[in-house]
Amino acid sequence: MIPAPAFLSNPERFMAFSRWAAPMFGAIAVVLGAAGLYLGWTAPEDYQQGATVRILFIHIPTAWMSEFVYACLAVASLLSLVWRQLLADAAAQAAAPLGAGFTLLTLATGSLWGRPEWGTWWVWDARLTSVLVLFLIYLAYIALRASMDDETKAARAAAILALVGAVNLPIIHYSVVWWNTLHQGASVFRAGGSALAPVFYWPAILMALAYTSAFGSLWLVRIRGEVWRRRAEAAALRAART
Amino acid sequence: MLHLETGKYAFYVWSAYGLTAAVFAAMIVGSIAHSRRWKARAEALGRK
Repeated sequence: MIPAPAFLSNPERFMAFSRWAAPMFGAIAVVLGAAGLYLGWTAPEDYQQGATVRILFIHIPTAWMSEFVYACLAVASLLSLVWRQLLADAAAQAAAPLGAGFTLLTLATGSLWGRPEWGTWWVWDARLTSVLVLFLIYLAYIALRASMDDETKAARAAAILALVGAVNLPIIHYSVVWWNTLHQGASVFRAGGSALAPVFYWPAILMALAYTSAFGSLWLVRIRGEVWRRRAEAAALRAART
Repeated sequence: MLHLETGKYAFYVWSAYGLTAAVFAAMIVGSIAHSRRWKARAEALGRK
């Protein structure tokens, strides 16, 4: 049997770490977010997009987060399946609602940018459709966990769903390469350097770091909640037996 | 200087920022409430 990392097998150590790490990440997110918003709203309007360029400072980071959170969920699910660790499963369960929130924002802010720029709220192109599929996978994961009373079976079934759903991540990423899409290709990280001018690049980067830090904070808070929930349910079970 | 004037795109820009603020608020309140609720429950059951 492969030994689990001590961090994953020791909830006490995690609770001690997350007690100070969650507020620290939250504070970092506030500082970076304030700096990103300041740079974003002091930047000049884009000569083609006008003021709608400011939507990109919140759309690009949330689009990255949709995929990043799912990658975290999938890795936690894999660790949960391999090591059957409480924390890995709690981490996967805690990531899902946050990922669904980021993906909902990706779809909504993208639509609000697309209407004035593309002339339509929605098109069934490969990028938009694959992100919609990601949102549905998040909802399916949450629904699956909620629908089963046996927590062990629910964890295993949800982990398998999460790993199967991970196939969608490269599809989202390369959709703009593999198919002709209305959605533009990579514009921030790409060969030959960013397509964004520095006045637009830095607000997007700072906001992405702020979103990542905010996710780190909220993820830790939710994992702590999951640990408490499982402790409460174990205590309730013990009380019922005595 | 802040360029808060968004002209004819005001609806799209402010809706996007408003929705982002609302979803973030929901995620923050929901996460903290979830953690506090179960911590209180676990501690109450632990005292019994």
